[in-house]
Amino acid sequence: MLYIKCPYCGMRSQNEFAYGGDASIKRPELNKDVSDKEWDDFVYNRKSPRGKHVELWHHVSGCRQWFKAQRDTATHEIFKTAMMNEEI
Amino acid sequence: MSQEFRIKEKGYINRNKIINFRFNGKNYTGYEGDTLASALLANGIHLVGRSFKYHRPRGFFAAGVDEPNAKLQIQLNGHSEPNVNATEIELVEGMVATSQNCWPSVEFDVGAINNLLQKFFPAGFYYKTFMWPKSFWYKIYEPFIRKAAGLGIASTKKDTERYEHKFEYCDLLVTGSGPAGLASAYAAAKSGAKVILAEDKHRFGGSLLMDDVSIDNLSGKDWADKIISELKEMPNVIVKNRSQVFGYYDHNMLVMFERTGDHLEKKSEFTPRQRLWYIRCKEVILSTGSIERPIVFGNNDTPGVMLSSGAKEYMKVYGVLVGRKPIIFTNNDSAYETAIEFKNNGADPLIIDTRKEQSSDLINDAKNKDIKIKFNHAVIKADGYKKVKSAIIGELSEDKKTYKNTSSVECDCICVSGFWTPSVHLASQSGNKLKFDKEIDAFVPDKSKQEEITVGAANGNFTLHDTLNAGFSAGSQVSKKLNNKDVDIQIPNVTEKKHKTHDKFWCAPLPKNIKAKRFVDFQNDVSVTDIEIALREGYRSIEHVKRYTTLGMATDQGRTSNLNGLQLVSNIENKIVPEVGHTTFRPPFTPVTIGTIVGREVGKHFMPTRLTPMHNWHIKNNAVFVDAGAWKRPRYYKIGNETMLEAATREAKNVRDKVGICDVTTLGKIDVKGPDAAEFLNRVYTNAWMKLPVGKARYGVMLREDGMVMDDGTTTRISEHHYHMTTTTAQAANVLSHLEYYLQIVWPELNVNVVSTTEQWAGAALAGPKSRDVLAKLFPNINVSNESLPFMGYVEGDLFGVPARIFRISFSGELAYEINVQSDYGLYMWEKMMDIGKEFGIQPYGTEALSTLRIEMGHVAGPELDGRTIPYDVSLDGMVSKKKDFIGKRSLTKIAFNEANRQKIVGLVPIDRKTSIPEGSHLVLDKNAQLPNPKLGHVSSSCWSVENNNPFSLAIIKDGKNMIGKKLFAVSPLKNKSIEVEVISSHYVDHEGKRVRS
Ligand SMILES: [Zn+2]
Repeated sequence: MLYIKCPYCGMRSQNEFAYGGDASIKRPELNKDVSDKEWDDFVYNRKSPRGKHVELWHHVSGCRQWFKAQRDTATHEIFKTAMMNEEI
Repeated sequence: MSQEFRIKEKGYINRNKIINFRFNGKNYTGYEGDTLASALLANGIHLVGRSFKYHRPRGFFAAGVDEPNAKLQIQLNGHSEPNVNATEIELVEGMVATSQNCWPSVEFDVGAINNLLQKFFPAGFYYKTFMWPKSFWYKIYEPFIRKAAGLGIASTKKDTERYEHKFEYCDLLVTGSGPAGLASAYAAAKSGAKVILAEDKHRFGGSLLMDDVSIDNLSGKDWADKIISELKEMPNVIVKNRSQVFGYYDHNMLVMFERTGDHLEKKSEFTPRQRLWYIRCKEVILSTGSIERPIVFGNNDTPGVMLSSGAKEYMKVYGVLVGRKPIIFTNNDSAYETAIEFKNNGADPLIIDTRKEQSSDLINDAKNKDIKIKFNHAVIKADGYKKVKSAIIGELSEDKKTYKNTSSVECDCICVSGFWTPSVHLASQSGNKLKFDKEIDAFVPDKSKQEEITVGAANGNFTLHDTLNAGFSAGSQVSKKLNNKDVDIQIPNVTEKKHKTHDKFWCAPLPKNIKAKRFVDFQNDVSVTDIEIALREGYRSIEHVKRYTTLGMATDQGRTSNLNGLQLVSNIENKIVPEVGHTTFRPPFTPVTIGTIVGREVGKHFMPTRLTPMHNWHIKNNAVFVDAGAWKRPRYYKIGNETMLEAATREAKNVRDKVGICDVTTLGKIDVKGPDAAEFLNRVYTNAWMKLPVGKARYGVMLREDGMVMDDGTTTRISEHHYHMTTTTAQAANVLSHLEYYLQIVWPELNVNVVSTTEQWAGAALAGPKSRDVLAKLFPNINVSNESLPFMGYVEGDLFGVPARIFRISFSGELAYEINVQSDYGLYMWEKMMDIGKEFGIQPYGTEALSTLRIEMGHVAGPELDGRTIPYDVSLDGMVSKKKDFIGKRSLTKIAFNEANRQKIVGLVPIDRKTSIPEGSHLVLDKNAQLPNPKLGHVSSSCWSVENNNPFSLAIIKDGKNMIGKKLFAVSPLKNKSIEVEVISSHYVDHEGKRVRS
């Protein structure tokens, strides 16, 4: 079980969190013309890199904040976590 | 005579307390402090079971977790447990043990015929034999395998024991209390680090209990006792015996299995039987020691053949002599200690050493004690069926592949030692790639992947001096890292015997004239021949060889067989062991009971139960409950002998005719607050929200970004910047996470906060033509007329002193209201409503009636909003704004979502107007069409329409728009039904929706 540092609450066990996927995905702006490809990339297409991955986690059974974590997908090492408005 | 193999005044057992137990129907005695194995051996019993495949007689092979044979069925305190390791379980008064895998008895086992048929049970036997013909599988092969496979018998009774879970955090976890573990824990604890020291056995000290050493002029055991009592005094240390760390997971999370009650004759009421510890630690020191490796020879599975270390442990710790005329078969010095111990206790040992004549401290000691030694010899084969009677030994040729001469020697046990294998399981589980150490011919941990260090014998360090040094230095190193403190520890003086190097001799060759099976893996009956066959048949990868032969796949995880198996493969393949590689170790290190893994989460504690404030009222009024997520909801209220259908029909009809009341507390409720709340709702829902006035409710549909409907519900504007959102019971948690995602990540610029208020409000729906009359009496000060409180209106009121929210919303399709009060007043509200409603014929209704009412109205719910439907499919496309953008809108432009024959919701009635259509039925054009019959759609919800008094269903079918009036078949192969149905509109009652507005 991973040990994750919530930027608001500190170190907590994985079972308090929900995974939210790739944090680099940006939702296209509202009311903007979006090509099919752009939209499909947003909704469906995800990379599955081996190694460092910046991803979203949600402290569901805690402060209920979404935040970013940089994790190695092969070793599960978590290098850094950050609030949504911080750089990682 | 009882316990005739007990040595006088030896061992650490309590001879003042005699323990009575039974084994295979006979009574025996042992002492407190015995294991079941040591007590049986004290009584001269070696034969304990039959082997898995060939049903060969098997005896004790070891004294601890490395035991592959002695798995017994144990009955105690009315419980029966299979596959218990007799070498690990402590003897308890009244214990009843039985051999497994034998019939009718371990002494005479019919299955032993397999031993004579062994030609037919080679490697891959199961794969080859049971493959063809396919038709044989279910009736012949599977029952046969099932019968042959399980070793013991699992109890079918409920386990009434108590099991617990515990979470612990520490700086350092030390696994194993041998010299390495004691030294590490002591050094770290002295610096103030929070330490947990875990020992699998009942006694602390590991090898110190057995080895002939002294530390600071104390015996190994005395030194261990001294350190342990010091550690126990320290407030920063937890010392645990009977505790096996069996799993090493990510981020230094280790899991430990503590046998808290198994050794107690009488437990206190609150003592759990076993406890699971989740330990999160900053550092781990693995001091798991090593396991003796056997040498493979003919009939090496005969009862009486045992690891040399096991024989020594039985003598030293338990005062039990496993034989009076032992052969010690070894390739190294350590077994000499066993021989000397035998001699000291009056036995007559013979040492068979594969090495050339040489001398060392131990060899000289043995010689001085007149112990016979045959150098350059090997045991070729053991003789004796249920117990070793003699052995054929041979003098080895120069290349050690044949013998110069052979002879037979009488003996009553053979103690075998093929040097030592570090226990690297936990290190391997942590992600440590192991490396092969040529000096010791075994794998040791390599680079750490997590914060772990392996010390002592587990790291291939087999001298006490080096082990203690490594332990103290690892402990100091860890404490330095943790709190930057140096510890000043005097490393004790050690006296121990120096050992000569071992011989790389692992498997005695069989001369042509000697026939015998040589077992590598005892528990799974894998022999040398099986491995040879696998290689001959082309298996190369060690992982494949393992699966084909089942080598190392038994519950002992090949503790005594892995390395010998690898060595064999590498010898045959002319490779070195590291080129062959090794298989992966996985948790658990030792078997763990299911009860321990489950802990207290059984029965009603399996998951939390959510009850509404009116729950006790429902019970008193004969509610039959249904699970809705974690909630308990009344399904129907039973009167007399009513069936569910009868009750639901009565309740639903009462709503249509008069007035009903339904507990809707379970609906998800979310407060949406802030100046941008309207803008946020406008983006979340498909319809427009910017102009909703205060005091009005609106129905809303929300989508996922892929265009599928996520949830629906009403949201009410309570005040300028305050909205009260409702969700379905099932989606409440998902919707909240969804909203938080958009507010925190996508649109952080919106000034809005969301919070769940589900628990804060109790809700009751008041539905039916008479509901206004009830409402008027409940709130005499409020004008409840249609003009003043119209459909989708909202007003706050005073319910006999309790503040209440009144929403005019409807799920049933009738004139209806929903009243919310603070949860604590829920029952008060409910009773007032029942009381006042009496004169209007009010009745409570449950979820069955609720479903009936919504289905015949064509209102969609969970079964239709199943994550595969877009608004059009469920006739909610009228709710989709063309003007504004919202979550998921772009996806609705997909070609597939706009095809002319797109699936759509319809209503169904059976042609005979009698037969109910099972939910989940498939809709087809022709019930007799060739399979696979093309499916047009499926039945999502079914009910008995109370309005029309016949069955009615909702279905989602292809080209639903143009299917109205068509006749189809609803087929349910599961229920063996096919029903002719007519497709009609999904709105079976009140098409125009007049009632809700009346
Ligand atoms: Zn948090």
